[in-house]
Amino acid sequence: MNPDTFDPNFQIPAPERIGEERGSLTRIIQELVFTVDHKKLGLMYIGSGLIFFVVAGIMATLIRIQLAVPRNDFLEPDVFNRFFTMHGTAMVFLVGMPIIFGFANYLVPLMIGARDMAFPRLNAFGFWVFFFSGLLLYFSYLGAPGLYAAGSAPDVGWFAYSPLTAKAFSRGHSTDYWTLSLLMGGIGSIVTSINIIVTILCLRCKGMILGRMPLFVWLILVVAFLVIIAMPPLSACQIMLILDRFAGAKFFDTQAGGSAVLWQHFFWIFGHPEVYILILPGFAIASEVIPVFSRKPIFGYPVMVAASVMIAFISLGVWAHHMFSVGMTSIGNTFFAISTLLVAIPTGIKIFNWIGTMYGGKLRFELPMLFCLAFLFQFLIAGLTGVMLAIAPFDWQLTDSYFVVAHFHYVLIGGLLFTIFAGIYYWYPKALGRMPDFRLGLLHFILFTVGFHITFFPQHIAGFLGMPRRIYTYDTGRGWDIWNLISSIGVIFQAAGILFFVINLIYSYVWGKKAGDDPWDAWSLEWATTSPPPSYNFETIPEVRSRRPLWDLKHPDDPDWKYE
Amino acid sequence: MLQGWSGWASGPGAVLLLMALVPHAFAQAVTGGEMRPIADIFQPLSRPAEMIHESAILVLAITAGIFIVVTAMLIFVVWKFRRKGAEDDLKEPPQIYGSTHIELAWTVIPILITFVLILVTSRTIGEIQNAKMPEDALKVRLVGHQWWWEVHYPDLGIITANEIHVPVSSRDGKKRPTHIILESADVIHSFWVPQLAGKTDLVPNRANQTWIEPFATGTFFGNCAEYCGTQHANMLLRVIVQEPEDFEKWVANMKQPPLTPESGLAAQGHRDFYANACVSCHRVDGTVAEGVFGPDLTKLMTRQTIGAGVADLTPKTLRAWVRDPQDLKTGCLMPDMKLLDSEVDSITAYLLTLK
Repeated sequence: MNPDTFDPNFQIPAPERIGEERGSLTRIIQELVFTVDHKKLGLMYIGSGLIFFVVAGIMATLIRIQLAVPRNDFLEPDVFNRFFTMHGTAMVFLVGMPIIFGFANYLVPLMIGARDMAFPRLNAFGFWVFFFSGLLLYFSYLGAPGLYAAGSAPDVGWFAYSPLTAKAFSRGHSTDYWTLSLLMGGIGSIVTSINIIVTILCLRCKGMILGRMPLFVWLILVVAFLVIIAMPPLSACQIMLILDRFAGAKFFDTQAGGSAVLWQHFFWIFGHPEVYILILPGFAIASEVIPVFSRKPIFGYPVMVAASVMIAFISLGVWAHHMFSVGMTSIGNTFFAISTLLVAIPTGIKIFNWIGTMYGGKLRFELPMLFCLAFLFQFLIAGLTGVMLAIAPFDWQLTDSYFVVAHFHYVLIGGLLFTIFAGIYYWYPKALGRMPDFRLGLLHFILFTVGFHITFFPQHIAGFLGMPRRIYTYDTGRGWDIWNLISSIGVIFQAAGILFFVINLIYSYVWGKKAGDDPWDAWSLEWATTSPPPSYNFETIPEVRSRRPLWDLKHPDDPDWKYE
Repeated sequence: MLQGWSGWASGPGAVLLLMALVPHAFAQAVTGGEMRPIADIFQPLSRPAEMIHESAILVLAITAGIFIVVTAMLIFVVWKFRRKGAEDDLKEPPQIYGSTHIELAWTVIPILITFVLILVTSRTIGEIQNAKMPEDALKVRLVGHQWWWEVHYPDLGIITANEIHVPVSSRDGKKRPTHIILESADVIHSFWVPQLAGKTDLVPNRANQTWIEPFATGTFFGNCAEYCGTQHANMLLRVIVQEPEDFEKWVANMKQPPLTPESGLAAQGHRDFYANACVSCHRVDGTVAEGVFGPDLTKLMTRQTIGAGVADLTPKTLRAWVRDPQDLKTGCLMPDMKLLDSEVDSITAYLLTLK
């Protein structure tokens, strides 16, 4: 659509009603199914991501109950193995990715002054493909036993190393559900990423050159490119696995001469960029929230962009650091140790620039800012344990131990999930028109932060003491009991935190204070329209002259464009 | 009639009786020296683990330094520039867009630190992976199975399972490294005995290798460290490091052909063992039992554990295992053999003589 010829009075003819009032259940479902609006789809992504989050979180809770004491009989070994597989797969593919796409969907068009994504129907297609891939994965609990009456949900771990996935070792259909679900989800991710790239490159409003885009948009652009590069290897190895399992191909069938290590290369060529696909959106949210609540522009915008592009670029050449123990040559191990250590440089720059942004500001400790501060501290720990893991010899001790479990939960919860909470509290007033309740949010913040550290910090120590990951039980007397017990106790706090979060979402929607257009006194374009924004986003397409268009409006005496 | 009697006398009673008759089984089982169940990677007692430990300490020191500096910066900034009251909302702070000098500084310093880490890492990788094994190094071939370890000593002609005996090295005297070849019969497993060496995977169709050079005797605890299916948790490994003379004694005992029990329950058990399907999967050196799918049972009673570490090896656990392995280790590949109680007793009695 050419924005210049947009007619704000044009009304899309309403689809024929099925004799129902607006607001009734049928009507709501009809709207959800038919919608191609980027904001509704964005919220649907986030909403379904949160539902999967609760399901996968309950699985994690059951895992922690089983591990609270040695030789516990709470879960059977197979049930436990299914839980950690489903927990990991769901958290990465059904929680992390969709929530990120939800934010991207909701915010990118608003931030660049567009009326919708470039391909609205492709957008809806992407959502529904993701949604059904999630249902397919969970349906394995019912469908996978099949005629074999063997297996249930997948139990091969979220990276499903071959040949554990071969017919000989994984009977029934559990692995088939896993692989088909990921293949399907991959299609959704790729089309959504293409949509995001086209939207960002083609639909920016007048004046918004690439160098004036909000950092959020920049980072989402980088993420979308990473998805397009990283997803095809995953889809390729899923197709190879399907051929192995259904058509008698022998790619990964070691008993017929296939290669077990081949799968690992394919998977981690996807899997490592995936880590950055998950964490860069966290950076993106922090880069919006920290400046606004520090009352200063981001420190070193060009360097922040360059560092993000560099992280993405380096992340494509580090995959085998997941495979240091697989028996590569010393040259191979050295190469991947070096490339991995290089990631520390741009990542360090980003942390310093966020601190530089706060320096000299007037920090307002609203909910989004609290979560971002916790994010900075936790991501620092995650980054430093990442440096330890990059040292290949140290990694020979740490890999596949509870230390790694602690490390990536510090990345994905301490890094990503905390910024997601920050993002939800930050844009909640924009999306729903109501302010999130501060007291409930504060309870959520304190309980969840405390619980998070109680759960995951002791796991570093369990790893140092030789505890491997993915074991359903352990003997007493190996020094692991106390750390596991503490870790399990932390879950209570985390669960209570999540409870207050959910209560807050519902409570504030009904009883929250009216938000107004721009409750945080922010500077990017989404705050220039009403809360919630109309389906066409802006009455007139805005025009920008700097990175902070609303700052220019609010401070005509001292606009940004004078300095950029 | 006989069946009826043994049925009545079966269970713990009969086993306790056997314990009295074969006291040697237990003297043998505890020759592992000091137990070292706390597998702390910061208390290495062998060469590669010590080398890893040295680089780990350096990395920990560097990262701890970075952590303290950055956390201090963060706390300082958050405290110093917090909103102090409503009057702070009236005027925006000075708008600073960046500073080339400062940004250059915090780019160069991380680059220097990274450079140091790269040098240390490259060196340690080379030292561990490219270490030359002396000609007389003990060779062990370790084959991973779902969910146990097959241990070969190709030069000594010994096969055993789940416990590796090796000689100790002296720090300033004779070095007795063990060169371990790692293979897998089914899926990927990983060798990890934290106080001796870091992980190396056992990958099907591939022969990986690692080495250890322990400086202390005792029983070192390890685990399979790569998820390998249902009973990954109970795929435990022990390395028993012994004084060279004790190791030689162990080798000599392993090579002694087993005695065939002449009379009593054990003799009945001997017949039952060879008449049942046991020999299809298990091997007892010097007998017709040549199975390769299950753990080797030669000198079974010299071992510390049963079921790859799922329980301590005692007549009680042995009997429980023979009766139904699925009770002790749900999902393990040895099925419930549906033996009669009399057979369970007799076979247990026979196995107790393997020492």
